[in-house]
Amino acid sequence: MSRRRVVVTGLGLVTPLGCGVGHVWSRLTAGHSGLARIGHFDVSDLSSQVAGIVPRADGRAGGSPDMAGVFDPDAVLPAREQKRIDDFILYGIAAADEALKSSGWEPADDAARERAGVLIGSGIGGLETIYEASITLHERGPRKLSPFVIPAMLINLVSGHVSIRNGLKGPNHAVVTACSTGAHAIGDAARLIAYGDADMMVAGGAESAITRLGYAGFGAARALSTGFNDTPQKASRPWDKDRDGFVMGEGAGVVVLEEYEAAKARGATIYAEVAGYGLSGDAYHITAPSEDGDGGFRAMRAALASAGMAPGDIGYVNAHGTSTPKGDEIELGAVERLFGPAASDLVMSSTKSSVGHLLGAAGAVEAIFSILAMRDGICPPTLNLDNPSVDSVINLAPHKAVSKSLDAVLSNSFGFGGTNASVVFKRA
Amino acid sequence: MSDVFERVKKIVVEHLDVEEDKVVEKAAFIDDLGADSLDNVELVMAFEEEFDVEIPDDAAETIQTVGDAVKFISEKLGK
Repeated sequence: MSRRRVVVTGLGLVTPLGCGVGHVWSRLTAGHSGLARIGHFDVSDLSSQVAGIVPRADGRAGGSPDMAGVFDPDAVLPAREQKRIDDFILYGIAAADEALKSSGWEPADDAARERAGVLIGSGIGGLETIYEASITLHERGPRKLSPFVIPAMLINLVSGHVSIRNGLKGPNHAVVTACSTGAHAIGDAARLIAYGDADMMVAGGAESAITRLGYAGFGAARALSTGFNDTPQKASRPWDKDRDGFVMGEGAGVVVLEEYEAAKARGATIYAEVAGYGLSGDAYHITAPSEDGDGGFRAMRAALASAGMAPGDIGYVNAHGTSTPKGDEIELGAVERLFGPAASDLVMSSTKSSVGHLLGAAGAVEAIFSILAMRDGICPPTLNLDNPSVDSVINLAPHKAVSKSLDAVLSNSFGFGGTNASVVFKRA
Repeated sequence: MSDVFERVKKIVVEHLDVEEDKVVEKAAFIDDLGADSLDNVELVMAFEEEFDVEIPDDAAETIQTVGDAVKFISEKLGK
């Protein structure tokens, strides 16, 4: 079966640096940090107290309506509807709105709607909704539970809402692979188009796990940064010797994918082609990556193979790079081994240094950053990389963005459970 | 009766986001006020909270209009 070519024609972002692709990208490449001290719930007894929080017009977490790039929930949905969905769904809807708008895609008829689908995942889903409902159930009994508890927290309800809102009647699907979710969603959606199940897909990831339960849970797993509670913008420092865990972020990244010939025929702006996609499992440990980086290595190798590319064709890697003591060096080693002599020409950065780790949204947000890096010839920086813990021939773009002409880029995402995904984009 | 109606009306306007003048006794939640089955469940819960009464599921199923709700609640409160 011959595979059809798939291109990216729309982008949408809701991130701790604000919302809107142009706004976020200019702040990211300028080296801004979206990390701050958590102020919207009690953190006094929590080990980690910093996060990448979406600046919101409703005043949550210190946001204000006059901030540039602020996220305004009321511009997305009426207040009554907002109460019936968890925040990750709200972010996903908003990012999908932007992606669809930027794509200019319009269905010609009902048949076109039936060939247009949605595949937006989340790593965790409606954690706050589940937490609040548990308290209501415990304190007041089952009759006091809202009928909207379940649809508010279900992961596939991002895809459901985006489908209903935009009349997209094709494949309706969702990915749940922890921190690989966003990358898997884009890769899987591209395959649905490549193999003819759809002509257009809205794909990505959404997350809103910055809650007491989320912080207590990840804190108990000793996964979060704890040493920078008073200097939040220093807390995410991939490959730096003082890194001590990841900083959670929230938001959503969504792309519009289309079959290449159709996109070209309608004169769409084509940001990139989804050139390759690779998946693997570590078969090693529930939270730790395999020591030799074999899982990530094989995901990247498979992505290059499906793209028909050699490592030297890739000019920029957006690393998983979460700022955990173990994971960063393991990934770096895997990239060095795969790229061999080509590693010395490579730029690799971790944008988690700026926005934190958006868990299930990370892979989609970082895919968009990778695509924009290629479009503009700018590799975004790795903030706080003051003293690398190991030497590398790879340029890790410390502190400042690196200008470099790029023809192909690769984005890595690795998740709990030992699930790995790599996506390769090239110029169409 | 009119006090119950006004309080029911306020809840319906808030939950269904409808114009006040549409909330009349004859108005059916689903056919006239745009509610779906989940909205109905939520409305009944809101009535229970507001009036501190219990509306069992079989009774809730018979409450289809604003007037049905007012009547049921008034009778409950009258006991």
